[in-house]
Amino acid sequence: MNINIILAGVGGQGILSIATIIGNTAVKQGLFLKQAEVHGMSQRGGDVQSHLRLSDKEIAADLIPMGKADIIISVEPMEALRYLPMLKPDGWVITNTNPFINIPNYPDMQALMDRIDKLPHKIAADADKIAKDLGSARSSNMVILGAATPFLQLEMKDIEKTIHDTFISKGQNIVDVNIKCLHAGRELAEKK
Amino acid sequence: MQKLLLLGDEAIAQAALDAGVSGVYAYPGTPSTEIMEYVQASKQAATNNVHRAWSANEKTAMETAIGMSYAGKRSIVCMKHVGLNVAADAFMNSAITGANGGLVFLSADDPSMHSSQNEQDSRYYGQFAIIPIFEPSNQQEAYDMTIAAFDFSEKHRIPVLLRITTRLAHSRSGVNCHYKREQNQIKLPENPRQFILLPAIARKQYNELLDKQTEIKKDIENSNFNAYIDGEDKSMGIITSGIAYNYLMENYPDRKCPYPIVKVTQYPLPQNHINKLVDECKTILVIEEGYPFIEEQLRGLLDRCLSIKGRLDGTLPRVGELNGNAVAIALGLPSTPGEAIPDIVAPRPPALCLGCPHIDTYKALNIAMEPYGKGRVFADIGCYTLGALPPYDAISSCVDMGASITMAKGAIDAGLNPCVAVIGDSTFCHSGMTSLLDCIVEKTPITVLILDNSTAGMTGGQTSHGFGRIESICLGLGVEKEHLHVINPLPKHHEENLAIIKKELEYQGVSVIIPLRECVQTLKRRLKSKK
Repeated sequence: MNINIILAGVGGQGILSIATIIGNTAVKQGLFLKQAEVHGMSQRGGDVQSHLRLSDKEIAADLIPMGKADIIISVEPMEALRYLPMLKPDGWVITNTNPFINIPNYPDMQALMDRIDKLPHKIAADADKIAKDLGSARSSNMVILGAATPFLQLEMKDIEKTIHDTFISKGQNIVDVNIKCLHAGRELAEKK
Repeated sequence: MQKLLLLGDEAIAQAALDAGVSGVYAYPGTPSTEIMEYVQASKQAATNNVHRAWSANEKTAMETAIGMSYAGKRSIVCMKHVGLNVAADAFMNSAITGANGGLVFLSADDPSMHSSQNEQDSRYYGQFAIIPIFEPSNQQEAYDMTIAAFDFSEKHRIPVLLRITTRLAHSRSGVNCHYKREQNQIKLPENPRQFILLPAIARKQYNELLDKQTEIKKDIENSNFNAYIDGEDKSMGIITSGIAYNYLMENYPDRKCPYPIVKVTQYPLPQNHINKLVDECKTILVIEEGYPFIEEQLRGLLDRCLSIKGRLDGTLPRVGELNGNAVAIALGLPSTPGEAIPDIVAPRPPALCLGCPHIDTYKALNIAMEPYGKGRVFADIGCYTLGALPPYDAISSCVDMGASITMAKGAIDAGLNPCVAVIGDSTFCHSGMTSLLDCIVEKTPITVLILDNSTAGMTGGQTSHGFGRIESICLGLGVEKEHLHVINPLPKHHEENLAIIKKELEYQGVSVIIPLRECVQTLKRRLKSKK
């Protein structure tokens, strides 16, 4: 077993919350993990990515080679496309379609959606809206994580347990809504 | 034994605590910041009363660490690569004094300049000072070699330079934390003159440093951290160091490289392994993260006895961070990038945060500078360096910590008057105070803006030594009271702030304006934790 994941987004969007949940679940299952993060200057509203590698054998490099990522998980639509050189030809893109616009030359939304539509293997949805309808706009990252779960070779139950452990200090309600969002994301993937 | 998921930085921090360190000293700088942050959050550090407060700069941090070593206790000082320039005086001389308690210097290099002005390679500093260098290749080695560095330092009574790069500093993996040791007791140096570098003593100490090298080289040649890994195909031999080893192995999914390898993680270079490799292989490929440090030593001036490939002959890129693909190409293996980035993707550079006080300062400053034209604002290292980008396009320099004030002074000395310096509160306390003193002594007609957001913002909001003190520091240095202004950089104060800047630009002496408003990031965090 060997999974290479690129997590993408904009500094401040909290892509590391997704990485933490996948990572902690994987480690509990006894898998090896390497996770390269971006700290420092780029965190100030710039594009950020994290390389997350899971394996049942020891992992060599912290960085995924280009063309070797199995999935791109993006919390922002334009950022999903930035890492296409990293993706395997048959790799999947899972992305939020809700844009984070902090630059004057952000592309036309329709053109952007058309380009994402052309990707051969993708799951694209407005995770913000789904999370909001479920009662927590701030849990959109869990919707995206849910949509990625079929590709992770991790048990849903174990992921739920990690979400529980991560959020329980904030109360059972927060745990419940995050798990609801996770399942909503999973359903999106299963519809594909 | 405890298995923890740690960043390379955090593995070093945990190892230092487990090795019985009594003091951790640092100034924040990407990619080294998380070492001190981990120690500050550690219960183990609190229970054992480990020193863990930030220092004013890398030089004061290093000198304090040397003082702790003098007293017989273990200390580590952590900085980014350019921080070692600031600490270089203490660094070079500490090699001559040698260590008493275990003394480890951590320098985190930033190849590809993710958050830095250059990609200098700290290994040259280690060689320059003639001290051992440890360069772990992964998070577990970062832990193990930090402990080994303290042992090595105490055995040979010498400081050890621990060199990492961004990718190890900021990548997480499982680490077995298997060691525990008590702190040292206070114990003064056996030789009471060890730390007195009067020329007569320094000459003796320098000879001792050179004499130690034989034993050091022997230990490093016999160390398990350096390895000769045999391979069947002797048409090429590979020398690789630090995390570059991982990019090599990445290209062999079964982890079986056909070529023999010398894996280097400790310097001076293990001559025994290298001799063996050169005896067997006519072509040598050198794969290292950073400058061609090993490659240059191999080539020397007699670069014709061997076929050497690496960063200097274009087999690998001369600049920037390595990756699996660059190494694949060097090995003659296919590199398989995916689809190109679509044209529709726009660049998204970092930017000042919404509501950032620097935005208001730059808006006012740009208007005030209009009559004088472009090219007169000298800036410094911090979030406000982003003032170089649109829509501000407000600054003309960013060179090193504190250079804003002194570069502006130099331009004024040259006749470019008026000129303005823009510097943050933490950077001012790090290296700007002496620059300002130069201006005060010469009555330079300069306007200095000390952007006081009450934190070291760019590195994530660490305590600034200037907190609540900037105004009194300026007065103490000799800034005239009537030319020292504290302003509030908010849109509603724009007109009055603009008027103050304009007026002080005309003053033919030292003016200091302090736009004072808390960083929006630390403010947000503070309000959240209050809830």
